[in-house]
Amino acid sequence: MYRSQRLGLKYLTASTVMFGAMVVFGLLSSIYYIWPGFLLNVFNFNSAKIVHIDGLVIWLLMGFLGAIYWFLPQELEREVEGIALAEILFWVFCAAVAVVVVVFIFVQYGSATEASMWFINQGRKYVEAPRWAALGIVAVMVVFAYNVIGTAFKARKSTGILTVLMFDLIPLVVLYLDAFPEIRNMSEDLFWWWWLVHLWVEATWEVLIGCIMAWTLIHLVGASRRVVESWLYVEVALVLGTGILGLGHHYFWIGTPRYWFAIGGFFSALEPLPLLGMVVHAVYDAGSHHLRAANRPAFYWTLAEAFGNFIGGGVWGFMMTLPQINLYSHGTQWTASHGHFAFWGAYGCGVIAVLYLALEKSRGYEGLDGRAWKWSFALLNIGMLGMVGALLVAGMDQAFYERAIGGSTWGAFLAMEGRPWFVEGMWARFAFGLLFACGYAMLVYDLLATRRREVAVSEPMAAAGS
Amino acid sequence: MTERAQRYTQDPLFWRAGAIAATIFMSMVLAALTIDTLRQITPGSPRVPAYDVINNSVAYQYDPARAEYAPKIGGEELIFGHKYSPEEAADLIGKGKLVIQSRACIDCHTFFGNGGYYAPDLTRAWMDPVWSIYAGPKRADKLAAFMMHPLRLGARAMPDLHIQRDEAEAAVAYLKWMSSVDSNGFPDRFGAASGQ
Repeated sequence: MYRSQRLGLKYLTASTVMFGAMVVFGLLSSIYYIWPGFLLNVFNFNSAKIVHIDGLVIWLLMGFLGAIYWFLPQELEREVEGIALAEILFWVFCAAVAVVVVVFIFVQYGSATEASMWFINQGRKYVEAPRWAALGIVAVMVVFAYNVIGTAFKARKSTGILTVLMFDLIPLVVLYLDAFPEIRNMSEDLFWWWWLVHLWVEATWEVLIGCIMAWTLIHLVGASRRVVESWLYVEVALVLGTGILGLGHHYFWIGTPRYWFAIGGFFSALEPLPLLGMVVHAVYDAGSHHLRAANRPAFYWTLAEAFGNFIGGGVWGFMMTLPQINLYSHGTQWTASHGHFAFWGAYGCGVIAVLYLALEKSRGYEGLDGRAWKWSFALLNIGMLGMVGALLVAGMDQAFYERAIGGSTWGAFLAMEGRPWFVEGMWARFAFGLLFACGYAMLVYDLLATRRREVAVSEPMAAAGS
Repeated sequence: MTERAQRYTQDPLFWRAGAIAATIFMSMVLAALTIDTLRQITPGSPRVPAYDVINNSVAYQYDPARAEYAPKIGGEELIFGHKYSPEEAADLIGKGKLVIQSRACIDCHTFFGNGGYYAPDLTRAWMDPVWSIYAGPKRADKLAAFMMHPLRLGARAMPDLHIQRDEAEAAVAYLKWMSSVDSNGFPDRFGAASGQ
């Protein structure tokens, strides 16, 4: 195994730990909706939510890094350039994440000074990490870019997937610089903030996961590279062709001009197309191999990624993207429903697929197909669908009663919190969240149990060999 | 499909050219729109008033000509008994933004609908009917007092974030300025249920 692949496994392990932290703080966040006085002035809702959503970003980012450090040396048949630096930065990254989480939990907030921005909390959704930590993430991303591009140069070769990945690294690093500014004009602040959030999540990350899933399909079902690369280019054309101006659907209400209604509405309505393309692609490749693969967990998680991305990101996004609907749905639990489904479908399932793929290859182990992965697959997906459904009911109730009828005031918002459909939605979300947490526990059990089984199998074999 | 077309579509390089062209074209359009949008949302423009608008009354009313709700800026209405010069107002708003970021307000509340969904949207908090019994300067004082010593409102309790008097005044000024931004009719039917 290459050193880079060992590093990939470390990143995937750290990613799984962050996944767990995200689940715990997600569950915690859901409790505040049921008991609003929960931990008031001790650990407020915003602190729990920050760890939940920043944990989400770090979980997926570490998963992507793990996947690429895993596939890259196989693609170029050589060790990754600058791997020693990457190994050091892995530990720096983990230590920085730990420090930031401790600060978010125990310090929480500071006074209205620049020092608070640098050392405690930047207070911008998804990029709350203080500036010193944001600088650290930039350093990790720069070294990662050097690893990928430097290795391709040293190998004097590139493939279609690698070419796409290398170009995608530019916006991946550059857009993150948007995590730093502190702009007093909220309209302008949100304008640039969406460049980071939308253009990372709905463009750069989509291309990144496209590359990862392309490699996954090649390794998983032996898909033809020519077909996979053609599809990847089609997806890039559609993702960036629709997603770059699809950014406009975030510019309806922040003070920006009215022409964003037409541009944002039109292009974001087209955004499901590339996601549908990915489903067609995955089903085509899986179908041409008679829906069979040796690594069944990775195979099923790959299909879950394709369908989850299309339905969660595409269909759920389209449902609320036109300005006529968005005027009432924007900023309600409807948005949270879409957010949960899209992140899970587009990225979460993909990272888990790679996890199983790496597990099989690294251990030379064929017997991944036990009962535990099926339980975790079912619990995680049913848990997520339940949460998404509950949030959708609560969000639609909010859109109609609080927004369209109530007129969006504080009074309308507070009255909403007591409406039966909203309250039941919050309870259902909590219950399905527990189910999801059980699925996570089963996933971890399966990953660890697989290792134990492997040891149990290999010891007698080693004894027989000696 | 002709043989030539078939040859093209089976070649990944054909699709690569499409991907590059789509990306470059859309990026250029976005760059052009960004330049125009930034010009239109600079403080002092018709969409985003200058920071010293905090010296005036600001309301949010239905505009029949636009068939939507829009901010309406009126005559002088001072807050905290002080008329802010443009520079003072800009500094105060800058400090207000720091208060909002340092306390991570956006992770409970929403601003223009963006943020956490746990607490009310703050876009029009300045003229929310809950404060309507307090006219002009009195309203600013009440809002500042609420931030410093939050009360339980309905099913939600705002935490005590140890906001100091000067910070609360800056945050109130920020909310007043933000309520003057033209957000294309968001939120709609504001205050409809309370007869505002």
